[in-house]
Amino acid sequence: MKLAAKLENLTKHYVLKSETVRALRGVSFDVPEGDYVAIMGPSGSGKSTLLNLLGCLDRPTSGAMYLGDANVAKMNDNQLSYTRATRIGFVFQSYNLIQQLTVVENIEVPLYYQGRLSKSDRARCLELAEMVGLKDRLGHRPAQLSGGQQQRVAIARSLVNDPYFVLADEPTGNLDSVTTDEILRLFENLNQLGKTIILVTHEDEVSAHAKRVIRLRDGLVQTDELTKNRIVLN
Amino acid sequence: MLWLRTWRLGIKSLLLHPMRTALTVLGIFIGVASVIWLLAIGEGISREAQRQIEGLGADNIMIRSVKPLNPPEASASAFILPYGLLREDYALLVETIPTIKSALPIREMRRMVRYADNTIECRVVGCTPEYAEVTRLSIERGHFITDAEVKVMQNHCVLASQVVERLFPYEDPLGRRVYFQDQKDYYTVVGICRDRAPTAAIGGSLDAQDFSNDVYIPISTMRKRIGDTIVMSSGGSREGETVELNQITLRIDSINNVQRTAELVEETLLKNHGKIKDTAVIVPLELLEQAKRTKMMFMVFMGLIAAISLLVGGIGIMNIMLATVTERTREIGVRRALGARRADIVRQFLVETIAMSVLGGLVGVGVGLLCPPVIDGARLIVKRVAPDMIAGLPDVVRDVTPIIVPASIPLAFCISVVIGVMFGLYPAYRAAQMDPIEALRHE
Ligand SMILES: Nc1ncnc2c1ncn2[C@@H]1O[C@H](COP(=O)(O)OP(=O)(O)O)[C@@H](O)[C@H]1O
Ligand SMILES: [Mg+2]
Repeated sequence: MKLAAKLENLTKHYVLKSETVRALRGVSFDVPEGDYVAIMGPSGSGKSTLLNLLGCLDRPTSGAMYLGDANVAKMNDNQLSYTRATRIGFVFQSYNLIQQLTVVENIEVPLYYQGRLSKSDRARCLELAEMVGLKDRLGHRPAQLSGGQQQRVAIARSLVNDPYFVLADEPTGNLDSVTTDEILRLFENLNQLGKTIILVTHEDEVSAHAKRVIRLRDGLVQTDELTKNRIVLN
Repeated sequence: MLWLRTWRLGIKSLLLHPMRTALTVLGIFIGVASVIWLLAIGEGISREAQRQIEGLGADNIMIRSVKPLNPPEASASAFILPYGLLREDYALLVETIPTIKSALPIREMRRMVRYADNTIECRVVGCTPEYAEVTRLSIERGHFITDAEVKVMQNHCVLASQVVERLFPYEDPLGRRVYFQDQKDYYTVVGICRDRAPTAAIGGSLDAQDFSNDVYIPISTMRKRIGDTIVMSSGGSREGETVELNQITLRIDSINNVQRTAELVEETLLKNHGKIKDTAVIVPLELLEQAKRTKMMFMVFMGLIAAISLLVGGIGIMNIMLATVTERTREIGVRRALGARRADIVRQFLVETIAMSVLGGLVGVGVGLLCPPVIDGARLIVKRVAPDMIAGLPDVVRDVTPIIVPASIPLAFCISVVIGVMFGLYPAYRAAQMDPIEALRHE
């Protein structure tokens, strides 16, 4: 099976004045294409650090992380940027849409940084907007949308570059339970369409929708289990 | 296509805070407009000064009689004070200095002149035919004083345009006779001068030489009919002065000799007049060069002021951009996460500063071009509202016509763009150097 990401003994140390914080102390796992992974763990266990590495926002202290054939650990800043623009979709807890842009324009942003914006790309943006149910809101600004709608835009944006995987950091953290269900359903649908999803959460209701749960503790993988979803779906 | 997008985005971002953007643009706009305005006004003043000086003739030297500040003891008792240039000086200069091509003696005095019911005070100028050429007078009708008229000391006169207007509102002055009240004497009008602009101030007075109120008569006639001595009675006491010539205008054979001839003239006069300082030598060429130096200084000074205002505008841009960058830290983080390289972030913020400075530059150029009509309008309004104030101004200031220096437009515009880039670079660099993770966490 093809892998969306492969982590080999990843470590991340933060060197401070008084001490060195070992945020990750050797994390290894594979993410096959089409997987739906929830990363959990207590506060300070290294979830955010891991997410930053997966999102190519940071380089590991040691170890290797492969996206396709490329080892992210060896990339320079521009290569990391390019990898983010082409291989990774981000969904944030606080949506992080760009205020001065409309819905479509927000969806287009990753393409813009890839240096391409053809007619077919624009058509694709419209398709995605339709898929997340915002077809009639294309010209709206983020401020004119509800939280759930904004998160839908963010999800559409995360898919526009056809990424290896979508990284979601507490994507439902700011939403009420009804909207949370909608968003989680959307993720499930995407996953059924073959999209790989990695999300960080501390809520069991959220992780229950994933196929696989990785629990971190003190910078190490404590457990890595398949949930019953996988059994049901497969 | 993508560039277009970058610009569109930049403009959209600027429109998030229209007031703030407008104020920042204002800073640049004032700088650019002031560059153009200051240069235009400077150019206008200096051209006018130059024109006036050139009106005197660069190959001329003027020698004027000056009333001595401290008259010698001997003449203090007499109520008639003799001073100034003598016909003897004239003869000596013409004989001894070979570089003098021609010399023009002039005697002038104020006289009451009448025709029918109109009486006005004029400057009566006793001169020779060359006067018209040297002072660039042109005749509208009739002829200027001729050699023959000088020779036979005819009672003929030539009138300047203002005199015609005031003495002959309804009649054709040619052939008529005007009446010199003090001498009880008639002069036949043989010519009328065309209207002309005043030339540079000479002989220590602040006002420019105004030819519009002149009446020209043969210098020989003046000597015979009026004489050298003028007596003025004021409040019972009688005072007077004897002046043979008010001015001698020398034409020099070549501009290169002007400087040396002037020195010679001064030496000669010093020998003839001793210690009494009753003559002054004016060299228009020197004035011209001095005017050019003054212009340079003025331009540098103006440039400095404009540069300072542009600098202030630039600092305004930088200030706003630093605030903007901090305010949009989160956006920067998001963009970096979505694939923006550092260079993309730099470009995004630079585009915003350039957009502001270009806009400021364009508006500044536009308003800069309005300089001449605005100054004209302002002058008109001030003239109507406060005529005394405008009359009190020196005439270079009062009559200034700004001339847009063509180079100042691209110059001002380029400077504004350069300022935008220069002061935008640091904030943009700061934005690009942000750690995306930190930036994403920013509230
Ligand atoms: N930039 C940083 N500098 C220093 N220490 C950090 C930094 N980021 C995270 N840490 C430390 O690394 C450990 C893991 O943090 P984090 O990955 O944020 O955990 P989680 O997201 O699971 O709460 C914590 O002890 C935290 O204090
Ligand atoms: Mg965390």
